[in-house]
Amino acid sequence: MNKTEACKKNKEVKVPTLSLRARIWKYRHYYLLILPALLYVLIFNYGPLYGLQIAFKNYKVSLGMWNSRFVGFRNFIDFFNGYNFWILIKNTLGLSLYEIVIGFPIPIFAALVLNEMGTKSKRVLQTVLYAPHFISTVVLVGIINVMFSPSMGVVNTVIEALGGESIYFMGKPEYFRHIYAWSGIWQEMGWSAIIYLAALSSVDPAHLEAAEIDGATRLQKIRYINIPTILPTIIITLILKFGRIVTVGYEKVYLLQNELNLDVSEVISTYVYKRGIVDSSYSFSTAVGLFNNVVNVTMLLIVNKIAKKVSDTSLF
Amino acid sequence: MKITSRKKKITIFDIVIYFIAAFLFLIVAYPLILVVSCSISDPGLVATGQVLFWPKGINMEGYKQLLNNPNILIGYGNTIFYTVFGTLVNLAVTIPAGYVLSKTMVPGTKLFTGLFMFTMYFSGGMIPTFLLVNKLGLYNTRAVLLILGAFSTYNCIICRSFFVGLPTELEEAARIDGCSPLGIFFKVVLPLSKALLGVMVLYFGVAHWNGYFNAMIYINEDVKQPLQVFLRRILVLAQISANMDEAGDYAAHLADMEALIRYAVIVVSSAPLLILYPFLQKYFDKGVLIGSVKG
Repeated sequence: MNKTEACKKNKEVKVPTLSLRARIWKYRHYYLLILPALLYVLIFNYGPLYGLQIAFKNYKVSLGMWNSRFVGFRNFIDFFNGYNFWILIKNTLGLSLYEIVIGFPIPIFAALVLNEMGTKSKRVLQTVLYAPHFISTVVLVGIINVMFSPSMGVVNTVIEALGGESIYFMGKPEYFRHIYAWSGIWQEMGWSAIIYLAALSSVDPAHLEAAEIDGATRLQKIRYINIPTILPTIIITLILKFGRIVTVGYEKVYLLQNELNLDVSEVISTYVYKRGIVDSSYSFSTAVGLFNNVVNVTMLLIVNKIAKKVSDTSLF
Repeated sequence: MKITSRKKKITIFDIVIYFIAAFLFLIVAYPLILVVSCSISDPGLVATGQVLFWPKGINMEGYKQLLNNPNILIGYGNTIFYTVFGTLVNLAVTIPAGYVLSKTMVPGTKLFTGLFMFTMYFSGGMIPTFLLVNKLGLYNTRAVLLILGAFSTYNCIICRSFFVGLPTELEEAARIDGCSPLGIFFKVVLPLSKALLGVMVLYFGVAHWNGYFNAMIYINEDVKQPLQVFLRRILVLAQISANMDEAGDYAAHLADMEALIRYAVIVVSSAPLLILYPFLQKYFDKGVLIGSVKG
């Protein structure tokens, strides 16, 4: 059916309803615009899904993925029975939860503080708070290394000046989690606050004015107007964070790892990298990665469901 | 808008707010200031922990040493290459896709959105991606660092939200004038989207400039490595090409120099982005660009 036919058929309606094929033809130029993205996603995002099959096989490069021997859940069972399975789970969840517990409320707090400041001072503070976001992970870890160095680091200089003894922070497992999480706060506090600042800008000034006339203090205005306004944003962010609870960014953990702290710093993603890329145990590490991914998605769905029930705000 | 009638009286509340603000300011700014100060100070004073804030005994030796380090220069050149061309690829792939997704009358946009969103939550993971890249013959090519991550669902959704918010009158007018959809996109929509372009250049550019993991996995020749890989050797693995066999005082001096180079290399590698972002701040501060991740 071509355009004119369709127009004739639907004379009584203003906008002619075209057949699907005619509509696709009409908008063909748009498909050209989205084609590169579609190709990329199909090849580099969906392509690797085909490779997931090796999690259930004993993959040999010479045989190819399809012809390698099928072993069922063998790789998963090996992982679950491995000596370090529970250590990895504990380390990964420990780091993740610690990061959420401090990394989630602090940016909200920062946004609420920024929102109470004068335009000029707010801008200055914002610019400074954003700066660490633009520093690479390698440089961040480099800064941590020099600042916490036992011989010349400023932290130990201060400890010694106060009469304490120099501590080799990077080599002590008990400091690893704190260093990881608080350096994350230092780097992302300002950047993570942006989304809440944006939400705060939608607070209705009429509400604030009405509250002021009713004699509300500024703290009360924050409590009863600002926080409820940004609550949906807070919930969405929280859902997303829980959806990644078993994903600890390997980039930073890997750089902070050393022989001495490996007991607490080895997480699932760095383990996948080492067993897969470094040791070439492709099937085993694919299985570990897939397990990680499935747990993530499950967590996301559960948290999303809970959020939907208790607050009406959800991701989908 | 602020309420204009607010009295200019400084309350206890204000004092608390500005006290917290000053605290945050110092905590975040101090390490940055310290690194810059150390990088231009006398290495002996830095090594004995005497540089605590301002530089002491100005000394540019660290920077001079950097210029003599061929790896740093190679890495810098490569990083500029990957950042410029990688970002161009990102923009060419992601922005038009975001535009199309904003046109809900185009059949299939719902399907495409679903296809894209799915990748945010589920993926093949590191190893299947690695095997695929090898299979495609991209291992140890410069192309792999330009192509991987060419499309970002998250940024595409931001683009879509931005385009949804654009007034459609101009597009409508151009169409009536007989402009094709491609012409409308390139000649009408893109010139209206400077804020979006600015933010996207920043987001993608930062990722290219600062990334090291893909290079570590996929590149195995030094001539192709970006700066961050060399930085990792200097800052994290503590390998500096200086000859450490020398004895006595000279060795101590070398160790001090090594530390100095560390500070200098941090400054040199981070400076471009730290100088650039305040100019784009007005764009990413605007809430409009933080499109909700909600599909």
